[in-house]
Amino acid sequence: MSNEHKEWPLWEVFIRSKAGLDHKHAGSLHAADAQMAIENARDVYTRRMEGISIWVVESKHIHASNPEEADAFFDPAQDKIYRHPTFYNLPDELKHM
Amino acid sequence: MSSVTTLKYTLQLADNVLIMGQRLAALCGKGPILEQDIALTNISLDQIGQARSLYQYAATIVNNMSVADKAQLFNAPLLQEKINNKLSITEDDLAYLRDAWDYRNCLLVEQENGDWAYTVARSFFFDRFQYLLYTAMLKSTDSTLAAIAEKSLKEVQYHIKWASEWVIRLGDGTDISKEKMQQALQARWEYTGEMFTMNELEKEAYNIGIGVDVSQLQQTYQQQIETIVQEAGLQMPTAAWMQTGGKNGVHTEHLGYILAEMQYLQRAYPNMEW
Repeated sequence: MSNEHKEWPLWEVFIRSKAGLDHKHAGSLHAADAQMAIENARDVYTRRMEGISIWVVESKHIHASNPEEADAFFDPAQDKIYRHPTFYNLPDELKHM
Repeated sequence: MSSVTTLKYTLQLADNVLIMGQRLAALCGKGPILEQDIALTNISLDQIGQARSLYQYAATIVNNMSVADKAQLFNAPLLQEKINNKLSITEDDLAYLRDAWDYRNCLLVEQENGDWAYTVARSFFFDRFQYLLYTAMLKSTDSTLAAIAEKSLKEVQYHIKWASEWVIRLGDGTDISKEKMQQALQARWEYTGEMFTMNELEKEAYNIGIGVDVSQLQQTYQQQIETIVQEAGLQMPTAAWMQTGGKNGVHTEHLGYILAEMQYLQRAYPNMEW
């Protein structure tokens, strides 16, 4: 055999659980196309009733923030507690907030 | 006696899914890629689960029979021994203690895994049949068989989707994958006729209302198979001669090896639990 054997592309899998509102990242897998990726995800990640909806996206389409820039990206938010909505006086009529 | 017919019919249904599940289980850890390895194992476990429901039902029928009736049922010495000792029969006894000639699975399911195309072709032909069979069995007058059919149908729907998509993928793929898929369809097709040929047991089961007239399913089956084969850009396989025998206990050389591996532990160490 030559080196013609090609790896299937990598896909990221997002699963929404029965109780959940949003799809959460579950992991990744290999598949030849989107349809196969969804079916593989069903077989690999929902065997124990983890979900009722699956999203897949090819990993190459995900753009990530640069870990080296993490300081500049995230640290400045640290001392801006006023951004949390904890300084408002809630009217008495408002419940369950 | 109708309970004997129900028992034998249930065992035939169970044998089909057990042997199919056992064949696919042999690929666990050997699949061409992790994700498909798991897919195959899932399908295998679905089938073995269906087999369990059916064997459990069969065991219940046996255990409700009189001792005299029970003694007539099985030739297998280890099963005879249990019955003579007035022990109740379990699902495991039915799977592990019957011999190859007691097994009534069709020849298709015992065929070797071969390469990926052969594995896909066998499932493609079998799962499609199972779908039509279970759909028809929803109308069985035996409520347990109808309930097992209903539960299994959801699983089989996924199985046929899996197998059909692989036929299309390989048929519509490279020159080599197309050639291999065509070859596998052709090689396995001769084992499909048997599924639709009513044996004496199936006729009896149909007459008393619990069983399915499988001969009526054949036309729909052919059409559904042909639709997928065409979509895959492949030629419909042909067979001048259809193999038969499994449903009457006359098997190919493969079944003995499958049972030897599957039943080894219970035969070497009877009643072993782990």
